[in-house]
Amino acid sequence: MLLNFLDALRAAGIPASIKEHLLLLEALDRDVIERRPEEFYYLARAIYVKDEGLIDRFDQVFARVFKGVLGQEGVEAEIPEEWLRLVAEKFLTPEEMEKIKSLGDWDKIMETLKQRLEEQQGRHQGGNKWIGTGGTSPFGHGGYNPEGVRIGGESRHKRAIKVWEKREFQNLDNSRELGTRNIKVALRRLRRFAREGAADELDLDETIRGTARQGWLDIRMRPERHNAVKLLLFLDVGGSMDPYIKLCEELFSAATGEFKNMEFFYFHNCLYESVWKNNARRFAERTPTWDILHKYGHDYKVIFVGDAAMSPYEITHPGGAVEYMNPESGAVWMQRVTHTYPAAVWLNPTQRGHWDYSQSTKIMRQLMNDRMYPLTIEGIDDAMRELTRKR
Amino acid sequence: MRFEGTQDYVATDDLKVAVNAAVLLRRPLLVKGEPGTGKTVLAQEIAKALNAPLIEWNVKSTTKAHQGLYEYDAVARLRDGQLGDPRVHEISNYIRKGKLWEAFSSPKLPVLLIDEIDKADIEFPNDLLQELDRMAFHVYETGETIAAQERPVVVITSNNEKELPDAFLRRCFFHYIKFPDRETMQAIVDVHFPGIQKILVSKAMDIFYDIREVPGLKKKPSTSELLDWLKLLLNEDMPLDVLQNSDPTKAIPPLHGALLKNEQDIMMFERLAFMTRRQQR
Repeated sequence: MLLNFLDALRAAGIPASIKEHLLLLEALDRDVIERRPEEFYYLARAIYVKDEGLIDRFDQVFARVFKGVLGQEGVEAEIPEEWLRLVAEKFLTPEEMEKIKSLGDWDKIMETLKQRLEEQQGRHQGGNKWIGTGGTSPFGHGGYNPEGVRIGGESRHKRAIKVWEKREFQNLDNSRELGTRNIKVALRRLRRFAREGAADELDLDETIRGTARQGWLDIRMRPERHNAVKLLLFLDVGGSMDPYIKLCEELFSAATGEFKNMEFFYFHNCLYESVWKNNARRFAERTPTWDILHKYGHDYKVIFVGDAAMSPYEITHPGGAVEYMNPESGAVWMQRVTHTYPAAVWLNPTQRGHWDYSQSTKIMRQLMNDRMYPLTIEGIDDAMRELTRKR
Repeated sequence: MRFEGTQDYVATDDLKVAVNAAVLLRRPLLVKGEPGTGKTVLAQEIAKALNAPLIEWNVKSTTKAHQGLYEYDAVARLRDGQLGDPRVHEISNYIRKGKLWEAFSSPKLPVLLIDEIDKADIEFPNDLLQELDRMAFHVYETGETIAAQERPVVVITSNNEKELPDAFLRRCFFHYIKFPDRETMQAIVDVHFPGIQKILVSKAMDIFYDIREVPGLKKKPSTSELLDWLKLLLNEDMPLDVLQNSDPTKAIPPLHGALLKNEQDIMMFERLAFMTRRQQR
């Protein structure tokens, strides 16, 4: 029974090991708890779950494994989250989205979706094939591409992704952190410990060693260590980047922890004459790109994060921007930035294999002198190596 | 011996189970939760309930793991050596005991609190793995081994500023203090202010939970803030009708400084209050 539980936990992605299992057995053996289901649940939770982000998942597994055993009543069939999401995107009509939006609350949305699914399942049993295809298609929906969704109605999609993004934030805490950690490892490459300036720190170990050798107090100093890397981060938000927002946030949250001198700005699709820092107020509070070029010195290292998927005109032509009239083309601005900051890279969350099929990506890659890297650990590694290369 | 909360501390059922398991099996208990939900106080209360001395080790960003074990003051010895002090021949004169040493060698079973472990370097918890596992460590300078006669009760708190390594987590019991619901909060308030007017508390809690609902607050007020605020309200002898006042021109609660700790939050709250006022017109 308990071993089943352990297996189920591991299958659900909770990092439980034999060590925890033995601890639970020991606790049960020593009568730590009174023999009540709630106490057992609390004990198991305290032992197996080490992250509040996983408690929700643990609860589900617990309910499933001990269903009936601990006198718990049948839990509703759990419908996977992605399933619901994709189904929602596919099957909800605009009016329904509107209605759901007016409901406002995530739980209610989930409820509505569940109801709808149940309805559909009923129909399936009735011999209607429609749900059969509907039911499996989300799983085979690997080629989820931004273009395809945009055709389905941009505004609807955007509104939807915001709600889910929020949900992911709460729910996937853990898996997200794992990613952040990996990225941290790669980003650490960017730190170059420069030992500059005068001696100003007491090197205790050397002092002791020197003193022991000389026989008198021999004070040794060493230059203070400090992180010399300065970083400018430009993040593409909105539009075709929506599916990658999670990846971007990961990179972003990792980066803020890693550097003392880091500035970040947002742009949309391509860099033009202004960028913004606060996404909620993107139209009100903009920073002219010239100011950035003048304010931050040449020794700053620049990282762009974007999929570079847009109409080629958005890069090459004045007035090509999707949101407003830009007097100078994006290409001119990209050249200015790469000219001002010799150390610059572009991280692209789409797979490298897809780059050649998008004309704008090719153009952008040319503008970056081929310094475009995929947003994977390996890609980041390469990008950091490029940034720290001696020029 | 069971921990059932104390006169001054309301413990929920799940917390009791976690604490009892940790105390009985002598494994470290890792406590997480929003700031101000009583993580540090928990250790003090466990010590009180077990009638054990509390040894507090407050971790800072500069704290190193070995400082909890012991520190060898080489510079002092060097100086003494130059001055010809006879103490220099005995190396143990220059070893300063850390909190873990203190806990291991305490004559009475102590409760050791390692507060805000996430403030320290990422490697900090890793460096303490063996010591917390075996409750023993070796002193290289003197060649002795310090081992705990009886494993102390260890409570570790974290504010989630850094991830803790898996190997460390495996050795702990974990409890997340979730934000108390209204009932628990009522119990907590009752414990702290026994004679307080029921209606005042209920009004104050309405306002308190309303503020927590405001989206986008940088720092949501938590239990400790509510208690501070109630204390202030009592001290100021705030008349009840001030809280009851639904007059929209005074939408900001009195003495809000105890609840909102960030000028941006206060500004936002004022703006929201202004907007509701406009809607009502």
